[in-house]
Amino acid sequence: MIFTAPVLNYTLLSPILILLGGALIGVLVEAFISKALRPITQLSITIGTLVLSLSQVWKIRNEQSMTAAMGSVVIDGPAILMQASILIISIISVFLIADTDHFTALAAALPGSDEERHSLQTGNQVTEVYPLTLFAISGMMLFPISSDLITLFVALEMLSLPLYIMAGLSRRRRLASQEAALKYFLLGAFSSAFFLFGMAYLYGYSASVTFAGIRQSVVGGSGNDILLFIGIAFLSIGLLFKVSAVPFHAWSPDVYQGAPTPVTGFMAAATKVAAFGAMLRIYYTVFANAEWSWTPMLSGIAIVTMLFGSLVAIAQRDVKRMLAYSSIAHAGFLLTGVIALNKAGLEASIFYLFAYGIATVGAFAIVTLVRDSGGEVTDLNRWKGLGKRSPWVAATFAGFLLAFAGIPLTSGFIGKFSIFSAAYESGAKGVVIVGVLSSAIAAFFYIRVIVLMFFTDPIQDGTSVEIPSVLTRITVIFSMIVTIALGVFPAPLLNVISNLGTFIR
Amino acid sequence: MIWLSLLMALPLVGSLVVAALPKTNEKLVKQVALATTLVVMGTTIAMAVGFQRDNVELQFVEKYSWIPSFGINYALGIDGLALVLILMSTILAPVVVLAGWNEAHGGRWSIKTFYILILVLETMIIGVFTATDVFLFYVIFEAMLIPVYFLIGGYGTGERSAAAVKFLIYSLFGGLLMLASIIALYVMSGAQGGHTFDLVALSHLEMSSTTQNLLFLGFFIAFAIKAPLWPLHTWLPDAAQSATPGTSVLLLGILDKVGTFGMIRYCLTLFPDASKTFTPMILVLALISIVYGAILAIGQRDLKRLIAFTSISHFGFITMGIFAMTSQGHSGATLYMFNHGFSTAALFLVGGWMISRRGSSTISDFGGLQRVTPVMAWTFFLAGMSSLALPGLSSFVSEFLVLVGTFTRYPVHAIIATFGIVLAALYILIPVQKALHGPITPGNEDLSDLNIREKIAIAPVIAIIVALGFYPSPLLKVINPAATHVIAQLGFSDPVPNLTSEGK
Repeated sequence: MIFTAPVLNYTLLSPILILLGGALIGVLVEAFISKALRPITQLSITIGTLVLSLSQVWKIRNEQSMTAAMGSVVIDGPAILMQASILIISIISVFLIADTDHFTALAAALPGSDEERHSLQTGNQVTEVYPLTLFAISGMMLFPISSDLITLFVALEMLSLPLYIMAGLSRRRRLASQEAALKYFLLGAFSSAFFLFGMAYLYGYSASVTFAGIRQSVVGGSGNDILLFIGIAFLSIGLLFKVSAVPFHAWSPDVYQGAPTPVTGFMAAATKVAAFGAMLRIYYTVFANAEWSWTPMLSGIAIVTMLFGSLVAIAQRDVKRMLAYSSIAHAGFLLTGVIALNKAGLEASIFYLFAYGIATVGAFAIVTLVRDSGGEVTDLNRWKGLGKRSPWVAATFAGFLLAFAGIPLTSGFIGKFSIFSAAYESGAKGVVIVGVLSSAIAAFFYIRVIVLMFFTDPIQDGTSVEIPSVLTRITVIFSMIVTIALGVFPAPLLNVISNLGTFIR
Repeated sequence: MIWLSLLMALPLVGSLVVAALPKTNEKLVKQVALATTLVVMGTTIAMAVGFQRDNVELQFVEKYSWIPSFGINYALGIDGLALVLILMSTILAPVVVLAGWNEAHGGRWSIKTFYILILVLETMIIGVFTATDVFLFYVIFEAMLIPVYFLIGGYGTGERSAAAVKFLIYSLFGGLLMLASIIALYVMSGAQGGHTFDLVALSHLEMSSTTQNLLFLGFFIAFAIKAPLWPLHTWLPDAAQSATPGTSVLLLGILDKVGTFGMIRYCLTLFPDASKTFTPMILVLALISIVYGAILAIGQRDLKRLIAFTSISHFGFITMGIFAMTSQGHSGATLYMFNHGFSTAALFLVGGWMISRRGSSTISDFGGLQRVTPVMAWTFFLAGMSSLALPGLSSFVSEFLVLVGTFTRYPVHAIIATFGIVLAALYILIPVQKALHGPITPGNEDLSDLNIREKIAIAPVIAIIVALGFYPSPLLKVINPAATHVIAQLGFSDPVPNLTSEGK
């Protein structure tokens, strides 16, 4: 028997390998470096790893149209773009994570116990969050480039497991945070099961786990359509859960609210890019020829998601929950890009994901700044008059909200325009009309927050705005600049995307 | 020379200069703002001199690629219609700054912010009238809402934040409907020879009549909210009541013109067939606006709300003139837009001075002003006369043209609209009688008359109202070719009066 060594093509895998290496070094740092030096060491390692990985992505950008690791991952234009987006979003998120005030001192200690009090007094910090973040990012990087179901599943778990832990690390309201983590974990495990189930059916349908193999069966059309249908449905549930589309959204408001805010921002932005990246690849390549079986379903889900997210967000009194529902609505907008199933739709989705991700991290960065003596203040009523006390912070937040609402001259508008026009072009007029209407509804609650900040008088209750640390400041300013720049002058990025934006099959 | 970009850049530069000034030096801030608006006005007039009146093509055209992957250009150009509106806007801007010298003092934020917002808004106003790329137009059309929103909500009085939100929600809703139509246009242009937003190219698109009707409605509703036309007008009285007089002038005098301007520029040009289909319905809405606005104006106790309702009536006239589809009607409507800007400005500014002196905007709180403050009273009277279209004042010419233009094609509509004129006499003369004449209401004895600054601010407005009342032809010479061109493009010719020799 002749054994052929697998060709891995390390260059193409290097961005992910670098991240995994950095994460492992981070684990060693936890074990061997003294407590006092850990935070700064971990932060430098994490940022260094991310930057190195990003430069590696930049280097391999022209080696696209190649598969690696024996065809289980594919590096094409969209893959490069998604990976770069995830890395950029991650870097600015890590700047927020570096503010240790958000994290518990000792995750293992019971809330309210002596142990917890002691660890707080001794100034403990959970620096484990850095390697966890890196593991999650490497999973996210792998997710949109996977080209067989096994790798896809491994990537899904790789990105999810660290996030479950990170969601439970909040310093304040720890019980709520742990509840959020548990909820996320249980529902996540549930959706993974659906995902696996779908995989099994697809294997039954095509006798293959590779995307190319399944695609061939779909194109050939000789297989049992029922199996395909069930496979697509269950696989979709797993993916839709990750992007928190209705009716698989139930976890997201609680998790968004309970998780430490930097983690929420990271999760909301980067996970969306990864999950939509994978989704786009699967629907645009594997199932493209079985359009009949999934576009009606996805259209329905997109419509419900947009309307539900926008309508329920109106009733929210907590800024993090409001942003959670807003992200549900945005998942719906992004789904219209998946339905479009044309090149314009792919390009628009990539643009939208990047623009939305950056603005989301920026918005959550602002949320971390509004505090009282007990930590962050997320009750919207206590944001009243923020514009008077700290005009710049309030104005920046208003800017992000206007971008979410899709007001012209912000990145959100270009994103919405391109994604809706792509969907319209493909004939999904009904979805576009609902999308436009829900944008109008969504605008209402974004504006309500602006009214609250600028047009109501402040109440004296000790809510104050923290002076942002240098790193947080970088995140906010960078996000704001990108948001405005992509709104006023999106041509360069759109050109890059349109040059790179074709899936290889 | 890139006149139009220069015009847009000047106020923006001014706003940056204002932003760089110290917050404490309020006087300097105001002076810089005033100087900027004066420079813009001067530049506009200098540009207008070079405008070829008989050329119906777009002039001062500029075109640069903005977002090539969507076929979006930064494209500017003006015809007679746009020129007239830009002239009106840039003349009103310094008037507003000078007249409202102290009106930003009760605001939530600094005086500086107020003038930055005003100047940014002026840039956008010029942009919205000059854009010839539909996408660019939409971007400015929507972005314009933000400064207005903060101007109403930040510097108004009373229920200012509620009024600001109402304004924004209405406008955003209309804007998003328009966005849906724009997306459809874009997709269709892609299917018919390449994605573009060029106004001229889009006007040649082939589309089924159903599509055309739907897209027309998307645009029209957005413009009807802006204009505002009954029944989409309810945001206006609230906004006008809460905003400062200066902001109201910008809002009713200039921004609402974007609605009627858009009807001509976009609805008629892009969807000629649909425009014809919907004409009967729109004319009915316009008539309702005329009569309804007038009747409600008569019933108002609040001076600012009264002016707002008179505007609804006037916008009814403008819309009727546009959709009468005759060249007189069109010329009249365009001239009406110009004149309405000035007569409303006069009413709001003088009304604003009266209100700030008296500390109340209820009409019955005034009384006998003519004896206490004769100059202010007579200025208000003159503004009122212009609003009710007294012959010899500018509004008369435009109202007459609109009625004549409508009568030749829709005599019944014109006759009903004439009642609007009668009602106009009531809604102006009743407050004039209550506020200016009669015995001096207690509390009014010590009101001061207009000061020099206020006199200087209002003088050009009054001068234009009177001058154009007697001699409107310089403006009509600019307007007429554009109006005739639009009507001809729609395939209409003016009905020839049926004069036979029966009377002999």
